[in-house]
Amino acid sequence: MARLRHAALPLTVFVIFLAVWEAIIRGLEVPSYLVPAPSAVAGAFWRGFTQARYLDHAMITGFQAIAGFIAGSLLGIAIGAMVVVFPVAERIVYPYIVALQTVPKVAVAPLIIVWFGFGIESKIVIVALVSLFPVLVNVIAGLKAVDQDRLDLMSALGATRWQIMRYLRLPNALPFVFAGLNTAIVFSVIGAIVGEFVGANKGIGFLILQANFALDIAAAFALFVVLSIMGVTMHATLQWIQRKVVFWSRAEEHFRP
Amino acid sequence: MEHAGGGGAALEIRGLRMVYRRGDAAVEAIAGLDLDVADREFVAIVGPSGCGKSTLLKLVTGLRQATSGRITLHGRPVAGPRPDVGIVFQSPVLFPWRTVLDNVLLPADVLKLPRAQYTDRAKELLELVGLGGFETMYPQELSGGMQQRAAIARALVHDAPLLLMDEPFGALDAMTREQMNLELQRIWAASRKTVVFITHSIAEAVFLADRIVVMSPRPGRILEIISNPMPRLRTMEDTLSPEFGAMVHHVRGLLGGGGTGAAL
Repeated sequence: MARLRHAALPLTVFVIFLAVWEAIIRGLEVPSYLVPAPSAVAGAFWRGFTQARYLDHAMITGFQAIAGFIAGSLLGIAIGAMVVVFPVAERIVYPYIVALQTVPKVAVAPLIIVWFGFGIESKIVIVALVSLFPVLVNVIAGLKAVDQDRLDLMSALGATRWQIMRYLRLPNALPFVFAGLNTAIVFSVIGAIVGEFVGANKGIGFLILQANFALDIAAAFALFVVLSIMGVTMHATLQWIQRKVVFWSRAEEHFRP
Repeated sequence: MEHAGGGGAALEIRGLRMVYRRGDAAVEAIAGLDLDVADREFVAIVGPSGCGKSTLLKLVTGLRQATSGRITLHGRPVAGPRPDVGIVFQSPVLFPWRTVLDNVLLPADVLKLPRAQYTDRAKELLELVGLGGFETMYPQELSGGMQQRAAIARALVHDAPLLLMDEPFGALDAMTREQMNLELQRIWAASRKTVVFITHSIAEAVFLADRIVVMSPRPGRILEIISNPMPRLRTMEDTLSPEFGAMVHHVRGLLGGGGTGAAL
């Protein structure tokens, strides 16, 4: 009941916003190839799912984003842990990671299409590259940001490096890791769409390009809605997992969808 | 009261000296310190801020190495962290991802002691420190005083004969602190441990200790060691006795005499 009342105001504003938008388009007779009316977007949305197989394309884009996100995150965690455990690795590996990060992924996307093909593999690689860095940076920060008192406690017990890692550094890093994952999950959808823009014959990004070429702006808007739903769902799922795993940390919701 | 039980010295400190390097400057934290702590004795160390009390504790735990001098613990020289010492820090230092029970069991995990057996012991200790029934809660759900009790239980779990306490109640309010002093006396009497207790509070030191070690401002050295003969278990009423007052007055005189910022 309280939730319902909590949602009432934003919902009302949203409905009014749609009504005003619809009224302006109709009143000023704005052509639909410039800005479509909400009703036209809703129609395109309906047709998309009933006739144009939006669901199949959304599944492909979603799979690419999630698979790439998981691969990139695992890689980020692995490299981050290695860099912290073996300080020499930090000096060897880290400059390349930073250099890689400063290159926009959009710029390397065509190359990755050449290397990994037109299919979903190339998109997964692009997403993994985009997701890697935020996770990596936070893993390193989290593993290093340990209270001196807690380290002293472990040292006074004669804990080995591995025990300090297992009992202290890893759990201590988890809130940081999730901060990185939250950034990465948002990036992952962007990565998948960029990959599809550069070269694909399936996916939401491919459909957006098609809609643009056909000047079917209502369809493009409908596809934006599909993307938003995907992004919000993925982010909300991650937040739910985060609350279960990092239950002790309150600094978790830096971004609420 | 005689501070015996077992007899021999649990802790022997001889000619201890600690010099920190800060850039070009050398700061002498401890300047030649000798101290014997008997088995099952309760010794409190008081001194002004920066007198090297905490440094002394870090040296005894083996977390830092002394510049010179010897520390012998239960007959063996201290060369690094040792399992025969339990430590309570100024803050509870509990892990928020572990339940109260699992926090108490941390030393057992690190020392690879059998968990099943030590779980029973940990539960008994939580009972002893007044936290029975809080085993499955998380530290952040407890008050500051309760967290510090959990930290004491953790320091006792691997049954180390020596308990080192570094201003453990410094962050608590006056009422809770008084309560914790009574509790600690009870726990000490029940667990038969040797305790070295560092504090800023003269009253706390006199109330708890068999002997009170008064330290000078930096570089830290021992000004005087005062025996407190008042019988156990002491009550808060005892703090109003002339005997208690005289001891507090004496310690305050020693700390104030230097004119360099007395404690309290």
